[in-house]
Amino acid sequence: MSLIKQDDTITVDTFMEGIWRENPVFVMMLGMCPTLAVTTSAINALGMGAATTFVLIASSLLVSLFRNLIPAGVRIATYIVIIATFVTLVDYIMQAYSQALYAAMGAFIQLIVVNCIILGRAEACASRNKPLKSMVNAAGMGLGFTLALLCLGGVREILGNGSLFGLPLFGEHFQPWVIMVLPAGGFLVLAGWLILFEWLKLRKQGRSQQVGGAVHEH
Amino acid sequence: MSGNTSTSMIVTLGFVTALSGFLIVTAYQTTKPAIEENKRLRIQQTVLEVIKGATAYKPFVITANGDLLEATPDLKGTNVYAGYDAQGKLMGLAAEGRAQGYSGSVETIYAYSPACECITGVKVIKQTETPGLGDKVITNKDFVANFEKLDAKLDAAGKALANAIVTVKHGSKKNPWEVDAISGATISSRAIAKGLNGSAQEVLPKVVPLLSTIEGAKP
Repeated sequence: MSLIKQDDTITVDTFMEGIWRENPVFVMMLGMCPTLAVTTSAINALGMGAATTFVLIASSLLVSLFRNLIPAGVRIATYIVIIATFVTLVDYIMQAYSQALYAAMGAFIQLIVVNCIILGRAEACASRNKPLKSMVNAAGMGLGFTLALLCLGGVREILGNGSLFGLPLFGEHFQPWVIMVLPAGGFLVLAGWLILFEWLKLRKQGRSQQVGGAVHEH
Repeated sequence: MSGNTSTSMIVTLGFVTALSGFLIVTAYQTTKPAIEENKRLRIQQTVLEVIKGATAYKPFVITANGDLLEATPDLKGTNVYAGYDAQGKLMGLAAEGRAQGYSGSVETIYAYSPACECITGVKVIKQTETPGLGDKVITNKDFVANFEKLDAKLDAAGKALANAIVTVKHGSKKNPWEVDAISGATISSRAIAKGLNGSAQEVLPKVVPLLSTIEGAKP
């Protein structure tokens, strides 16, 4: 660990990284299981995002605090125990304060334990950085994950149920596009968003090439 | 730090698991009353909603040997809730139905009115049906209307329902004991009716003869 030089400065990028450049869902394609499964409505997406963000921040703090004490041989096991602890806490808290949300999440709360985003942050960031920086980075990742889930959940709820956050958007005669709230809809909407982001990226690249080319000709 | 020696690994894992155990036990102890209170409130709310005109209720338990007793926390058996109005008059009974749906069990609380010998309402308390399809059993107005006056008379001997509650294909309901299924969510519709039938066949023959006892009990 001593070989990696620790850069302690917390920049805007420490936080923003997870939201755009390394968005866990749209760029890194991590945590696909909850992404596809619970995004049937905007509320569910928000609940899942919030639960994951809490686990991300709390486990990043603990992993970062103990980063110099954990032997490399048992580090993954230690991370999993730490993550599982916070997932269990979320599970109890959600049961105590919102039965409706808990019922909607089903088994997916417990499955946060094996969400690669969290283990990935523990390994790639929290085990190499100071607590505050790790937490800021984890908060960004959590927010990026939540926003991505909302992108999916919002579209799926509007198309598949004709509502957003439970509020009906269209009149009585709207016939919902039911496939959107079924598993297949998750894949379709995710693909739609990925196409959009890829197109934006290509367009940006094309522009900068054009500019570069123009300079070269000159 | 010595790094990868067995001792340091065991110490680390031991410490982390102990800390984890401590945190989990604390959270469990802190949230336990809230979780149990939530469950109780949800049943109370559902019972009062489903029995029309009820403002208070009293839980009873049918024990394994068929006795109807007032519920206590350690009494095991089938739950029956009696709903009373402000004057203490019995407005109806509620019981729990449960049957396998499309993806997991569908649990309901339904109201039975001794006056019309019929089921007067159903609330789904737990379901994992397909969102947008199977969960229409909660939101579809036409389907919910099935349970406003669903026949549940006992037969002459009083041992079972005179007519079992059954689900029929959408649009073909003819008799007052039939449930008109939602087209596209037949399995979920059937699960509700099956849960009602199973519970009513068991509970009503035992409770109906004891109605006077329940009427006399005060909430």
